[in-house]
Amino acid sequence: MKALLLTLLLFATPVWADGGGLSPKLDIGRGGKCVEDEATMRRLHPELIRHQRDETLRLGIRGGKHSLAECVECHASKKNGSVLGSRENFCQGCHEYAAVKPDCFECHSSKPRPAVTGAAK
Amino acid sequence: MTTRRQFLNQTAALAGIALAPGVMLYDLAHARPTGESASGKVRWGMLIDTNQCSADCDDCVTACNTENGLSGGKKSTDSQWIRKIELKDLRTGRQTALPMMCQHCAEPPCVDVCPTQASFKRADGIVLVDKHRCIGCRYCMMACPYKARSFVHEPLHDQKTDVPRGQGTVEACTLCVHRVDRGLQPACVEACTKAGHQAILFGDLNDPQSEIAQKVRSVASVQVRADLRLDPGIRYQGL
Repeated sequence: MKALLLTLLLFATPVWADGGGLSPKLDIGRGGKCVEDEATMRRLHPELIRHQRDETLRLGIRGGKHSLAECVECHASKKNGSVLGSRENFCQGCHEYAAVKPDCFECHSSKPRPAVTGAAK
Repeated sequence: MTTRRQFLNQTAALAGIALAPGVMLYDLAHARPTGESASGKVRWGMLIDTNQCSADCDDCVTACNTENGLSGGKKSTDSQWIRKIELKDLRTGRQTALPMMCQHCAEPPCVDVCPTQASFKRADGIVLVDKHRCIGCRYCMMACPYKARSFVHEPLHDQKTDVPRGQGTVEACTLCVHRVDRGLQPACVEACTKAGHQAILFGDLNDPQSEIAQKVRSVASVQVRADLRLDPGIRYQGL
């Protein structure tokens, strides 16, 4: 019996170690250095963008660093130019994995600004 | 002894220096610095000269649709942020054309009636809808005497990055707040100027030096339905 358990454990360990291939494989787009460190962004990005959206919309404070548009700017996939679309896309992939529905993109654009109007005057 | 070439070079350099700070000053004076909130000292407004507005021109409407990603459709369920209106005085036969949109009232009834405080007035007088809070009840649409607001009935796709819009919320002219905050003019004003009509003048009504403040001081202008005492920021000349 012990031998059987040990054998089972031996076979099972590698499956646990790499997350069973279940964790999302994300296309992070352009990527690069984010405005906060990875752990903070993973845990707190909803609070950060929610806080800034109120300041921007209601108080008119522009140019804050926690901007949804900037998330999209860096993380839109180079394949379809969006943060949505499939399990590989940055926002959709992780949110599907976590079974959380983001409703940001019912109103906000999931694609970066077109290059022409993107340049600030 | 300075050669002719040296003299020209020096003059060009001087001109460059003089021009660069001028450009900088213009930008800084108009665009609010990063991290600063909208100022209560500013009151954005427009003066619309109906004498310059041509009945067969709708460049302001087209520009608004393009800038804000509106479909431009004319169904009763399509959003329209600015529309052209024609008036006729039956006694004299005088016809007047004018654009009508959110009048950005100082005492906005849409803000009074909103049950979730989604409809609000920014410190600089721009009346907006916070779509994060809007529940789509449309009280504000009923309260607005200018019929300025629209309700988004259908799901939308490919919205503009600077102009988020979504199904189930009320929307209206934002005075192109995303452009104004960058120091630009609203899209309709730019289009009207470009078309050569120059019927819309945009600026800070509170700044005595601004072109609009000087003009409203010197020419006769009215607020539409001034009897309601909502104190709109949009004024009309020649009505």
